[in-house]
Amino acid sequence: MVYRRTWKGGMFVSFASPILFLAAIGIGLVHTVGGVSYLTFLAPGLLAATAMQTAFVETTYPVMAKIQWLRTYDGMLATPLTVRDVLGGEIGWLVIRLATTAFAFFLVMVLFGTVHSLVALLMIPVVVLNGLAFGAPIFAFTATQRKDKGFPTIGRFIITPLFLLGGVFFPIAQLPPIAQGIAWATPLAHSVVLSRSLAIGGMNPSALIDVAVLAAYATLGIIAASITLPRRLVR
Amino acid sequence: MAASATRADALVHARGLTKRFDKLVAVDAMIDFDVQRGEAFGFLGPNGAGKTSTMRMIGCVSSPSGGELRVLGLDPVIDGPRIRARLGVVPQADTLDMELRVDENLLTYARYFDIPRDVARARTQELLEFVQLKDRAKDEVEPLSGGMKRRLTIARALVNEPGLLLLDEPTTGLDPQARHLVWDRLYRLKQQGVTIVLTTHYMDEAEQLCDRLVVMDKAKIVASGSPRSLIDQYSTREVLELRFPIDAAPALDGKLEGVAERVEVLPDRVLLYAHDGEAAASAVHQRGLRPESTLVRRSTLEDVFLRLTGRSLIE
Repeated sequence: MVYRRTWKGGMFVSFASPILFLAAIGIGLVHTVGGVSYLTFLAPGLLAATAMQTAFVETTYPVMAKIQWLRTYDGMLATPLTVRDVLGGEIGWLVIRLATTAFAFFLVMVLFGTVHSLVALLMIPVVVLNGLAFGAPIFAFTATQRKDKGFPTIGRFIITPLFLLGGVFFPIAQLPPIAQGIAWATPLAHSVVLSRSLAIGGMNPSALIDVAVLAAYATLGIIAASITLPRRLVR
Repeated sequence: MAASATRADALVHARGLTKRFDKLVAVDAMIDFDVQRGEAFGFLGPNGAGKTSTMRMIGCVSSPSGGELRVLGLDPVIDGPRIRARLGVVPQADTLDMELRVDENLLTYARYFDIPRDVARARTQELLEFVQLKDRAKDEVEPLSGGMKRRLTIARALVNEPGLLLLDEPTTGLDPQARHLVWDRLYRLKQQGVTIVLTTHYMDEAEQLCDRLVVMDKAKIVASGSPRSLIDQYSTREVLELRFPIDAAPALDGKLEGVAERVEVLPDRVLLYAHDGEAAASAVHQRGLRPESTLVRRSTLEDVFLRLTGRSLIE
């Protein structure tokens, strides 16, 4: 209902930002990485990173507003809805949001000729799961916050470094060993390598582990949120 | 507390109700009350007296730390969603959705109650008419005045046709005109048989709306009854208000003794509680006192509160 009033802006961004990014970096750099063009290498990584950023944006300020600034959740909880319903609705909405942005990105990838197989469609569920792996824990964190100071910190120390160094723009193997370890402990790196293999029609040998890591982050995040959100809203 | 009140027909039944937040006791174990069908029941008290905590417990969004509470004959801890389906709630701060238009706020809220769309649409029209917001149906919420937002919140609380309406400080922060409009709508709802529970720190609001009320202070109920009976019990028929020059106050010592049943010296004025205010005024003059102004008025709940707590209601 809310989105009905803001969808035009959302749609424009969903399409425009991948187009700009792919055009700016992918076309400008004509080198190859690991046997594929840089554009083909980059696009799946950007797709995964976009899901991460979408999840970050959707689960910080808007959630804070609904908890505290506008008290939308309080209004909802005065009805037969329970905190569980509210959380379920928010997670469901996040999935829809992630899936639509991922699909828009996918169409742009097709346009740029970086999709080489139908298997590539599987990238969409993978990056949606990646978005949840970031979004659910951040949602749980947001539910514990009284002020919005923590959000830029997450952006500066988690989201941006991962975007720049987490395997999107160059293979993680080029990082120093410690940084490699950190990168592999996060969902993004797993989502990037899996998406990349799917884009060219293959399947990463460690696909099961990648999916397991993503699912673990998402599940733990949802469990954490189902503890922190009731604690915040039902006093 | 009405002696005839039995547990079976009370819409809200509380005994020894308690709410604690860590160490802070918001509502003490002394909270006993029953709300009967069709009445308007008020919680009157200063900020921090425990009114909102009590309302949140009745609204099944906060569970009691102790004591017994039944709402609509059900246990809020077990049947929260079932109870909430039949409640209308107007919270202290409006929780309207600023991204949605006026009518969409009602339609969306109706969805939370599983009300079919066509029913919700018809009811939205009726309710916007009822709260006099029909011409603003397609407008954004943000530019509405405080009074209009309040009325929209009240309309939203009625979307499920509740039998019990909870209002937490319904008119705090509204200008007098907006308040009277809200009071008028609440009065009509009462006429239609809606049971109303409200909190307020406005005496006039409590006197206007409530059939029965409890006075709360420092997490406890300090008195209960109808506005009239509370005034009869804790105050006199009339009050004589005297204002003296600022430096004259110490000279009054003892001079007002016996003029009235009770004398209350406030920082800015002296209140004399007497059955006949005019008689008290002439007695004051006979004693040679020359106040700057004298005013005889009827007792209000403000006087009751002052008597019970030794403090004015709004500091």
